[in-house]
Amino acid sequence: MRRLHLIWRKSLNVVMLTLTGVCAFAVVSVLFLILGYFVIHGGSSLNWDFFTKLPKPVGETGGGMANAILGSLKLLLLAALMGLPVGLMAGVYLAEFGGKTFSFVIRYTTDLLNGVPSIVIGLFAYSIAVLPVKHFSTVAGGFALGIMVIPITVRATEEFLHAVPGSLREGAMALGASKWRTIATVVLPAASGGIITGMLLSLARVAGETAPLLFTAFGNRFWSPGWSQPTAALPEMIYRYAIAPYEDWNRQAWAAGLVLLGLVLLANLGCRYVLHRRGFSRSV
Amino acid sequence: MRKSLLVAFLILGLAATAGAQSGTVLLNAAGATFPYPIYSKWFDVYHTAHPNVQINYQSIGSGGGIRQLLAGTVDFGASDGPMSDEQLGQAKFKILHFPTVLGAVVPTYNVAGITGDLNFTQKALAGIYLGTITKWNDPEIAKANPGVSLPNADIVVVHRSDGSGTSYIWTDFLSKASADWKSKVGNGTSVNWPVGLGGKGNEGVTGLVKQTPGSIGYVELIYALSNNIPYGKVQNAAGKFLKADLAGVTAAAAGAAKDMPEDFRVSITNAPGATAYPISSFTWLLIPAQISDATKRDAIKDFLKWMLADGQGFNESLSYAKLPKPVIEKEKKAISLVQ
Amino acid sequence: MDHAAPRHAGGPRSFVERLRDGDEIAHVVTLTFAALILLITSMLVYELWVNSHLSRAQFGWNFFWTQTWDPIFEHYGAAPFIYGTLVTSIVSLIIAVPLGLAAAVYLAELAPRNLSDSIAFLIDLLAAVPSVIYGLLGIFVVVPAVRTTIGPILINTVGNVPVIGRFFKGPNYGVGFLTASIVLAIMIVPFIISVSREVLLTVPREQREAALGLGATRWEATWKVVVPWARTGIMGSIFLALARALGETMAVTMVIGNDPKIRESLFASGYTIAAVIANEFTEATGDLYLSALIELGLVLFLMTFILNGLARILIVATERGGGRPT
Repeated sequence: MRRLHLIWRKSLNVVMLTLTGVCAFAVVSVLFLILGYFVIHGGSSLNWDFFTKLPKPVGETGGGMANAILGSLKLLLLAALMGLPVGLMAGVYLAEFGGKTFSFVIRYTTDLLNGVPSIVIGLFAYSIAVLPVKHFSTVAGGFALGIMVIPITVRATEEFLHAVPGSLREGAMALGASKWRTIATVVLPAASGGIITGMLLSLARVAGETAPLLFTAFGNRFWSPGWSQPTAALPEMIYRYAIAPYEDWNRQAWAAGLVLLGLVLLANLGCRYVLHRRGFSRSV
Repeated sequence: MRKSLLVAFLILGLAATAGAQSGTVLLNAAGATFPYPIYSKWFDVYHTAHPNVQINYQSIGSGGGIRQLLAGTVDFGASDGPMSDEQLGQAKFKILHFPTVLGAVVPTYNVAGITGDLNFTQKALAGIYLGTITKWNDPEIAKANPGVSLPNADIVVVHRSDGSGTSYIWTDFLSKASADWKSKVGNGTSVNWPVGLGGKGNEGVTGLVKQTPGSIGYVELIYALSNNIPYGKVQNAAGKFLKADLAGVTAAAAGAAKDMPEDFRVSITNAPGATAYPISSFTWLLIPAQISDATKRDAIKDFLKWMLADGQGFNESLSYAKLPKPVIEKEKKAISLVQ
Repeated sequence: MDHAAPRHAGGPRSFVERLRDGDEIAHVVTLTFAALILLITSMLVYELWVNSHLSRAQFGWNFFWTQTWDPIFEHYGAAPFIYGTLVTSIVSLIIAVPLGLAAAVYLAELAPRNLSDSIAFLIDLLAAVPSVIYGLLGIFVVVPAVRTTIGPILINTVGNVPVIGRFFKGPNYGVGFLTASIVLAIMIVPFIISVSREVLLTVPREQREAALGLGATRWEATWKVVVPWARTGIMGSIFLALARALGETMAVTMVIGNDPKIRESLFASGYTIAAVIANEFTEATGDLYLSALIELGLVLFLMTFILNGLARILIVATERGGGRPT
């Protein structure tokens, strides 16, 4: 009987482990399908013009999305500046300082915020940042995206701060460090791998959002000087071009998608490289 | 590490200010999606001819355009449907309508075994969309297509899910074609469709129709032409079955031009005339009658003049119909109303 | 504990002394940021509340179960959208959670580190793919697949099973609840995998080794020890995924059929709150219309509130046994 049970456990082991591998590769193959689509349909439109010229009206070839690329970069920068610190600090609060009920309230509220449709966040940003000054701007767009960045960052920060083993904390405190010093110099660096992943994930998500930008950054066929003018952005261009009836625009949409992914990839790589250089290793 | 960060910020800062020029007139406009291709062409050509004027038009939808105009966040708007009296009443300032181009909506379908053009009477289209006509070989469809063997298949109705000027034109036509439709459903950019699947945008409808055997949908003429989509003939007010083309659309406008109201807010669906295509419509620019900024005002007025003259020359190449001459003349006079 | 602050013999320290510690400041600063989230969300709800007052006044509680949505005759009801949102979110989670968790387990436990890192990297990229691209892929790939392959298979097999069979019957046009759920599942799976994988990696080696030392197979060690240890983190990732599923607009509206009706079959077309807001908001004119759309946003907020609450109750109920001590 025990033999049988052992054989059962062993076969279950093999089956389940194989299944997990299958799942992983299923997901990865979807990714490659998507990337493949991008490359096949948009690769041909990726030329120097694409990165340096302004969009041309339909029927004229050439033209690019230079202003949208710059616009997306500016928006992401603003979103990061506005949203990441809030998320990080709130996560630190929840993990290190929070009282029971207030923390519960904050966590719950963060999850709620995460579930708000992006268009509703855009409308909120519209009423706060656009209506009072009566014009669309990059800042308003950055504000909308910044709000969306917060929930994932909070979750990631809290989760990975919790995961840092108590021994590390206690060791630091035994050496005389105050609480905040412990957090800043020992705990956060130990959790940085996961936290950075969370931050990059949240930025990646907002990089592809169109709806919140409709009523804030608005869009722009031209260059957008400074931060208070409407600006073009890649996802918005992708949306317009992908559903248009003109093949040239469709191809440009795929090319823009490729560029967007490329930007996110670069950001990911860049951050990991910098962290690596500074010696922040992943958690155990 | 610090230095490279500083350099990065400097570059970004410089890039952020790229494109700033003094003396540029920046105009922001928003509205209809239907004329987006021609508007973007116009604004681009105009900018090349007048480099200090930048007109940034974003097609966020007719409703969006109207709202932003009322809120004062854009300098002018555009709409596929004329503003209602109620909406005009909400504005703090007078708004003028200027028709720019004409477009048409066509019925597209996917029926097994049918390769030629199907004829649709007005009652047929209304019945299909009301859900009272459910099979392709229904007598109402069959009698308009003698000699064509229609299958005994279910009709899958496809309409627009997003609010759109195209829906406005289509439902406006159906309201005139059928009193039933008018009382049960009405016309607007979004309605309570009795039956059917909703596709997002022209491409959504086209996609659904292409993939679903036995389906029928409606799309803009330009879209159908650019994508080689088969579409049928529609019976006009004079009883003739017409396949939509630019000439038929302009004929519809010409027919309506005689009774054109001063403010240009008119529906030209089901227009009289043997050659008039019945599902046609204007699309309008919404210009405030009072513009305080003199440079902006002059730029807008100049653009309107250009649009009525040189601008119309670009219409046909992008499959939009030109405005008929009497309408153009009337509009030229109306430009002086912009102060 | 801190040498820097001078101490009164035995008594509690004064505010100034605690301030000098830096800990109080840190506490206050982080508290402020956390409170900021509360502020933003409150303002958002306030805006939603205020801007929907026309619709609330007109329809009252009936808004929740009215099944009509008529912009012309100004008769609005949220029922079909609530139904659609619930169905698509739940079904997409049913698909995505096992898939994502399994993949995360594979990446964290079984795959060689380099491979795992590279794949995780690529999966993070999936999160950046714009919604509209998922929608397009949904139209080109998933819709035909559901109409010609997946649909018929399901109808013929599961459709005949007694209780759940009723969800798999009926006309199948390719677009509908199931297709939307599949597309949503693909969109939310990166969040589950990414965060779960990271959390699984933080499980101390000793836990695994202890289980293996007691004679567990690899799978048993993983399923019975490692995963429960990481349970809160994994739950967190599922919350993230659920939130995204509830609020997703573009991709859903392109493949769900956009028909505001309540229907049993998963192959029928439907509508979600986020999709209808995205579809109709830009074109909506008329104060009551706008107000109704905004009230839908408020309803979604309420749904998220309730779903989150239910999920948390579920967590607490399963708290016993094998979790990381909090």
